[in-house]
Amino acid sequence: MLDSIVFLLAGTLAAATPLLFAAMGEAVVEKAGVLNLSIEGMMAVGAATGFAVATISGSYVSGFAMAAIGSAILSSIFAVLVLFFLANQVAAGLAVGILGLGFSVLIGKNHEGQTIKSLPDLELGWLSELPFVGGVLFSHDLMLYVAIGMIILVWWVLSHSRLGLIIRAVGESPDAASAIGYPVVLIRFLAILFGGAMAGLGGAYLTLSYTPLWAEGLVAGRGWIVVALVVFGMWRPLRIALGAYLFGAVSLLELFIQGQGFSIPSQLLSAMPYIITIVILVIMSRNPRLIRLNHPASLGQSWHRNA
Amino acid sequence: MSALLRLRGITKVYPAVVASDRIDLDIEPGEIHAILGENGAGKSTLMKLIYGVSQPDEGTIQWQGKTVHIRSPAQARQLGIGMVFQHFSLFESLTVAQNISLAVKGSIKQLSAQVEETGEKFGLPIKADTVVHSLSVGERQRVEIIRCILQNPKLLIMDEPTSVLPPQGVQQLFETLRKLRAEGCSILYISHKLEEIRQLCDTATILRAGKVVASTDPAEHSNESLANLMIGRTIDPPVHAPANTGTSNRLRVKSLSHVPTDPFGTVLKDISLHVSPGEIVGIAGVSGNGQNELMRLISGEELHTIDDAGELRINDTCVNRLNPLQRRTLGLGFVPEERLGRGAVPELSLSLNGLLTAYRHGLTRLGMIRFGAARDFARQCIAEHDVRCGGEQSLAGSLSGGNLQKFIVGREIALQPSLLVLSQPTWGLDVGAANNIRRALLQLRDSGAAVLVVSEELEELFEISDRLHVMFDGHLSPSLPTRGTSTTQIGRWMSGEFLQEAATGAENH
Repeated sequence: MLDSIVFLLAGTLAAATPLLFAAMGEAVVEKAGVLNLSIEGMMAVGAATGFAVATISGSYVSGFAMAAIGSAILSSIFAVLVLFFLANQVAAGLAVGILGLGFSVLIGKNHEGQTIKSLPDLELGWLSELPFVGGVLFSHDLMLYVAIGMIILVWWVLSHSRLGLIIRAVGESPDAASAIGYPVVLIRFLAILFGGAMAGLGGAYLTLSYTPLWAEGLVAGRGWIVVALVVFGMWRPLRIALGAYLFGAVSLLELFIQGQGFSIPSQLLSAMPYIITIVILVIMSRNPRLIRLNHPASLGQSWHRNA
Repeated sequence: MSALLRLRGITKVYPAVVASDRIDLDIEPGEIHAILGENGAGKSTLMKLIYGVSQPDEGTIQWQGKTVHIRSPAQARQLGIGMVFQHFSLFESLTVAQNISLAVKGSIKQLSAQVEETGEKFGLPIKADTVVHSLSVGERQRVEIIRCILQNPKLLIMDEPTSVLPPQGVQQLFETLRKLRAEGCSILYISHKLEEIRQLCDTATILRAGKVVASTDPAEHSNESLANLMIGRTIDPPVHAPANTGTSNRLRVKSLSHVPTDPFGTVLKDISLHVSPGEIVGIAGVSGNGQNELMRLISGEELHTIDDAGELRINDTCVNRLNPLQRRTLGLGFVPEERLGRGAVPELSLSLNGLLTAYRHGLTRLGMIRFGAARDFARQCIAEHDVRCGGEQSLAGSLSGGNLQKFIVGREIALQPSLLVLSQPTWGLDVGAANNIRRALLQLRDSGAAVLVVSEELEELFEISDRLHVMFDGHLSPSLPTRGTSTTQIGRWMSGEFLQEAATGAENH
């Protein structure tokens, strides 16, 4: 029994990690006032690129790095569309997302169905030997801890740093920010690139660690869950992280229940993490005051400098 | 000693109009200089040129004796020019100190101290750690002014600063501006309120149709002679005959209490009022005391909920659960405070905007739009209310605020409502345009309609209304007949004094 619990909790951390990367990126993008709906596509590009590069070069570092760069390049297409051509953010995000899904198939063409050795766990010595805690917390690969680090970093930057203040200002009122003299378009561009790179890391974590193989459609809607997490987490990194771990936990529970052989239709079970996560987040975010305080007021609106 | 800022022959041409026509202007160090003019006289264009938002086509700008080209607001700030806009550029979800730290160097801690210290010194009390959305409009203005002061400006441009303040607040602001002047800062004060300019300003430059028509000491003029200079003709305030009131009620609000859905809105507490045919009832008060919430309830944009107490009746029908369209069918006309987005759709032409509320009056047939009739309707509104625009096909968003307001009010009056409710009907309008609207409202009243006006301009309410209520913190005062009531009395009530009077009155009983 204890073993199952350790398995469940450790698995939860791993299952949440791809979402965490992408969601922390998207939180920054949306706080800057841009709604990027192409996460699913960006994660797919990151997943395929990371897998292909790691397989060919044999280096996980290059795999993750190229995944981040690849998705950032894809997100720059989105950035140019919405920031310079003032395209509708929803439409551009959907289009670039579909483009990304297509690219991922192309990039992964020679690797369809292949597997790779999973990113090795860190050697944490006696920490990993600890009963229970060692199994849950200290028997993971490096990127899982990086993701946790990103939560803290994004939370700190957004709520405690000057950079975060500027990002929030740009997202709330680009007109006012520009009137004081901040380069709104540049700040949004960099935020979108950051969001792209983070989605790429999330995707690469899927193919290099979580399910170490490449297959088309492997992201399986996680990009959309990220969009929901960010909104229902009310753009607050810690709440978003909570949502991601919740999703991870329910996904694991689903496997566990299937393993126990309950006679619940497997389709319904596969849908459970999505349903439960969204229901709980919606209930959690029913506070209009919090929404009003955290919602980036210019989210989704095109902006250009008035002459 | 040379002028701080000297404009010579400044000209700015827009496709349709010459917005600034060979303007000369000298601002001396340490003076309060008024720019006075009607809507569209070129006041805001001139400010944009000085603040570097746009560049002149011809002419030179000299700053402290040197010719400069001001290409951006950032450059203007570097030179020492600060500006307080009519629409504030503050971030609502950030605190006062955070807002200021985005524009002024320094840590939040240092700035908080500086903000409160500066506030103290110039009579602008504000707490640095409050989040901006919870501040009143007047307090937000203080934040804007402090933000400018902390950048040590030599010239401060104020665009219609008193339009958002209660009477007491205006005097307080004047004190602040005089203190600033004493510190050697010049102030460029844009306004169309003549009385204020005569009280405060050392010099007034009067613009008409993009040209300087006079530069004068306003204290030597009367309001009338200044108005004549500004408009180029004399204006008579509308004749305000006593109301000929019917006995029925067109609008009746009975002990209404309401908690708005907006968590930062004002809770309405036990509000009662009625408006009869043939009278204009005014609601005075500083904005943010529940006027918007009451207006939304009357127009039907926000519905009375089960949890709320009280009742709303229009023409003797309970409208608590009726939507805006059903209320309009009962004879309600409504002019909201925001012209763009609520009063009119900026991206649509005037003729389509006319259609939005007037479609039931013969502008559609069998669900199809009669474009000819819609155009005629719009043309009629334009002609009757002297709306200056490029015809009925021009986009609503392309009109100046005053002209669009004339169109919107004209549209609602043309529908012959039995009850017309208006919020800030002449906000930001010049004397001439405001007079036209007030005259139209009085005509509507005399034709037997009931009119309810919410306004922050006391003078206006005294000019047109027959009875006055005051709103404070979600409470509505009893009504007073306008004749025989003084502005001081209403001014006192605006800070909530009627509540204490009611309390002591109750004790005496």
